[in-house]
Formats: sequence, C-alpha cells, structure tokens
Amino acid sequence: MINIGPFHPLQEEAEFFQLYVDGERVVDVDVRISYNHRGIEKLDESKTFDQVPFVVERVCGICSASHPLAYVQAVEDIAHVQVPERALYLRTIVNELERIHSHLLWVGLAGHFLGYNTVFMWAWKYREPILDALEVATGSRVNYANCKIGGVRRDMTDEQLKEIDRLATESYGPVEMLTKAVIDDPVLHARLKNVGVLSKADARAYGATGPTGRGSGLPIDVRRDDPYAAYDRIDWQVHYEESGDVFAKAKVRLLETLEAVKIIQRAVRAIPGGEIDAKVQNIPPGEAVGHVEAPRGETFHYVRSDGSNYPVRHKVRAPSFNNIPTFKASCIGQEIADVAITLASVDPCYSCTERMCAAVDAESGRRMFDFAQLVKLSQEKTQRLRRQL
Amino acid sequence: MSEVAIPREVQVPLEGFVGEVLGALGDAVIGVERCDERRGFARIDPQRTVEVARRMLAMAGTRLATATGIDVRDGIDVLYHWCIEPQGVVVTLKVLAAGPEMTVDSIAPVVPAANWIEREMHDLLGANFRGHPDMRRLILDDSWPEGVYPLRKDFDQVRDRPPLPPAPPAPEEALP
Repeated sequence: MINIGPFHPLQEEAEFFQLYVDGERVVDVDVRISYNHRGIEKLDESKTFDQVPFVVERVCGICSASHPLAYVQAVEDIAHVQVPERALYLRTIVNELERIHSHLLWVGLAGHFLGYNTVFMWAWKYREPILDALEVATGSRVNYANCKIGGVRRDMTDEQLKEIDRLATESYGPVEMLTKAVIDDPVLHARLKNVGVLSKADARAYGATGPTGRGSGLPIDVRRDDPYAAYDRIDWQVHYEESGDVFAKAKVRLLETLEAVKIIQRAVRAIPGGEIDAKVQNIPPGEAVGHVEAPRGETFHYVRSDGSNYPVRHKVRAPSFNNIPTFKASCIGQEIADVAITLASVDPCYSCTERMCAAVDAESGRRMFDFAQLVKLSQEKTQRLRRQL
Repeated sequence: MSEVAIPREVQVPLEGFVGEVLGALGDAVIGVERCDERRGFARIDPQRTVEVARRMLAMAGTRLATATGIDVRDGIDVLYHWCIEPQGVVVTLKVLAAGPEMTVDSIAPVVPAANWIEREMHDLLGANFRGHPDMRRLILDDSWPEGVYPLRKDFDQVRDRPPLPPAPPAPEEALP
C-alpha cells in the first residue's frame, strides 16, 4: 500500500487512473487528468501569430514538431499561403525523424513494462542517432524551433542532408531486427495477443487516432488522407492491423518506424532547391483548422483570427486526449496483470496530466496496487509465460 | 432568452464532397460559411445538435476529432470538428450556446468522443451541456471556485487568479 506519484519516472508523463477491480478482473476505469494544466490556449491569446509556434512546441517534448506544424497549417489556411516546395520537404524530414524517435521510445518502455529490459536498452540505444540527426537538422534534440508561418526557419545544406540520410539509413537494420524479434517472439505472442482489445466500432466512437486507431482496423492517417508537407509527393504506405489488441498496436508502431526511415531516405533524395519561406506579412480575419499525424495520432489545432496580430482563439487537441478514453472500452474485463501494458499501448502522452495509477477494490474502495506494482505484476506474468513455453 | 438572434451567416453554395455532407444534414444546417475541397464550416440549429451528431456518426468514415468552445458576445460558440476519412475532409459544425444559460444539448450520449471535450468546455468556459452523462470536473482542480472560468475573455490571469487552497495538514506520525 505504497503511494507512488503524482510524478513517477517510469514514463514521460501520464494521468491518474483508477481501476475498479473485482478479484483479478477490472470492472471499471476512471481517469482524471490535468494535474499540471499549463493554460497554453489562454497563453496563446496574448502571443503574436509568430510567437505561438514556439509556445506550442512546448506542449509536448516529444511531439514538438507536430504541434507547431498543425498550428502553422491552420494559419496558412487563413492567410492562403503557398508554402515553397523545399520547406515542405524539410518539414517532412523533421516530422518523420520525430516519429522514429517517439516510436522507439515507446518500444523501449513497452519492453520494460513486460520485463524485457534488453528491448528497453536496445530501443533507446538506436534512438540516440535519430536524436543526433534531429540536432543536425534543427540544432536541437528537443524543441526544434523549425516551423514558421509560411515555411521553415532554417535551411539544410547538402552535407546536413547526407548526414541525416546516413543516420536514418544506419538505424534501419537495427530497427528491422527489433521488429522481427518482437513479431516472431512466442512469449510476446502469448502475452500481447487478445490483450486490451479495442474493437473497430469502439475505436471510431471514441475518435481514436494514430496507431491506436490503426491497430483496431481503422486505416486512417492524416498524412495520406489530408496530405500536408511533402507526403503526397513521396511513395509510402499506411500500416494497419485488424485485431485491435496490444500486439497489433505494437506491430503498427514498429512497421511505421521502418516506413519513416524510407520516407526520410526518399525525401532527402527528392528534395528540390529554392526558397524556404513564403514571407507572410499579415494574417487576415478568418478561421481554420490544421491537423497533423503526430507519432501518437492526429494533433488537431483550430485558430481564429480577427485581423490583429494575436489569435482570438487557438484550440490545441493532443492525440492522447482522444486515445486515453478508449481505456473504458479496452481495459474492462482484463486481468490486472495486463493493465499496465494496455494502458501503455496507446502511448499515453498528455502533457497536462499526472502520472499515477491505482487499483481500487470495487466493493470496499480500498487501494490495492499502484502503477509500479502493476508493472511488476505485468513483468511477472511474462516470466510465467516464458517458463511455460 | 430563447429568441437570441443567431448570427447572420454568409450563405455559400454547397459544392463537392463537403457540400454533399452538409446537404445530407438537411435543414438542420442554418448557415454555410465555407465549403471548399477539404474544409467546411456551417452553423446548425441549436435545437438539433443530437440529431446532427447521430447522423454525422452514421456516415461512412466519420469521427469526431474534437470540439472548440469560443467565448463570443452572445454566449459560447461550440464548434464540433468532424473528420471524414479517407477523403481527408474536416467539417466544423457550429452551435451557439446562447446566454445567459449558455446551454446546448450534449452529444456525448451519442458520440463518446465528445465526453471529455464537453467537460473541458464546461470547466474552462462555463458552457452547459444538457444530458451529459458525467459532468464532473476534468481540467480544473476541485478547489477552484465555482463560476470562475479561466478561458473566458474577461478572465485576467493576474487579477482574477483565485487564492490557493489551504495546504493539507502536515502528517502527524514521524517518518521512521
């Protein structure tokens, strides 16, 4: 009966989950978020249109390329800006590098939750060169400050592009090895198949996005459906799985990581020369929405302008805001030992939230487990399965 | 206050796929502000939000991306953003929660994806959603005073910040 949290170093950040359990089965889930709400939407109303990208990239330390991109796309829609081709390719490269590093981070954490600490070490090792590539591309490993209304802020030289190509290409082999190791592992099959199943109908009703939706048979991807940046100029494919369990979500993420490497290789080779900035002068009155496929799903921004220098309203919706409520559909009926990985399977990242998970007995309301104990239970179940096989 | 003037809209012609979607909603749509290849903005009848939500979810490939609440002169403007895939279309349906009650019908019983975002708009802007299944606080702390809405235009972050709640009493037993 040890309380750990609100802040716990196991994952980047998360929420307060209350699981109501009856014996070993989960009967209800309650989620409470926003223990660390920063009021970014209100803050943006006092920033000029040019300043907002640097605020919204701090919404999340991992999706710090997706949020500014969704915002600038909304503003570019209001101002009817034609973004130069080269800027579109540069945006694509940075966003795909971000996807690789985010998915590898998740693979490592998922491995840790299951008691595969080797996977954790490997995944984070292969993530490191990608962060180096981001540093090459933007000058920073996080908070890239790359996107601006009308284009990007920094051009890349041929040497930089070659270096990014090299780092991405070198990571393909290790990630492929990791993918095969996960897909072929009999213990993981036993451990993850038919666990935390989110049905297609539930995924749609809850508005699940990104790998959470794609793992449940929804072939949705903003990059393909509503193309932005240079995604419609490059040949690539959307990966999705029908089964909706944790294994499907893991597989989708791993295959997407490999696809992202291919996108970067093709973008680096096909990038045209020319301007990188449309030099937008002023933003007319109007309203628009912008959405971007962030690593975790669709990041949705709405901007309204009244013709002044400041947005009247800027709405930010991170993907996890839609994905976290799916626990109501996927966790109920699960064993407690499977909860940690089911919760982790949507890669919950909501930077206005708290990290804490408690299992409560349905009748007495007594607190039984905290998140660290849930992870331990999950790891023990893997050990058990491993011995049986 | 039921007869609040609904903002006069510029009626634009319905075209293409977005036009088909808005056309399928029939006379529940009372004004179309924008209708082009991939984006649609329309205002719907405040009495018929639930019916519209049900019809939108029944269409192929639709999902509720999120909703936005905006503090406007006549109340709270609630904007439901629907994505339609694989066409890559975003249709924004606006409904005015007219003052002083600022109430519209909740679509959360029909569309679970609206559950959290309606709670958020209730917390931050004070819009009320009739028939919402679970209107507990989501964003604001339980100690935040009633009737203070931090995302309203007249809320000043310095002037109107409520005092911090009293600190919890220190634990009595000493640590081992």
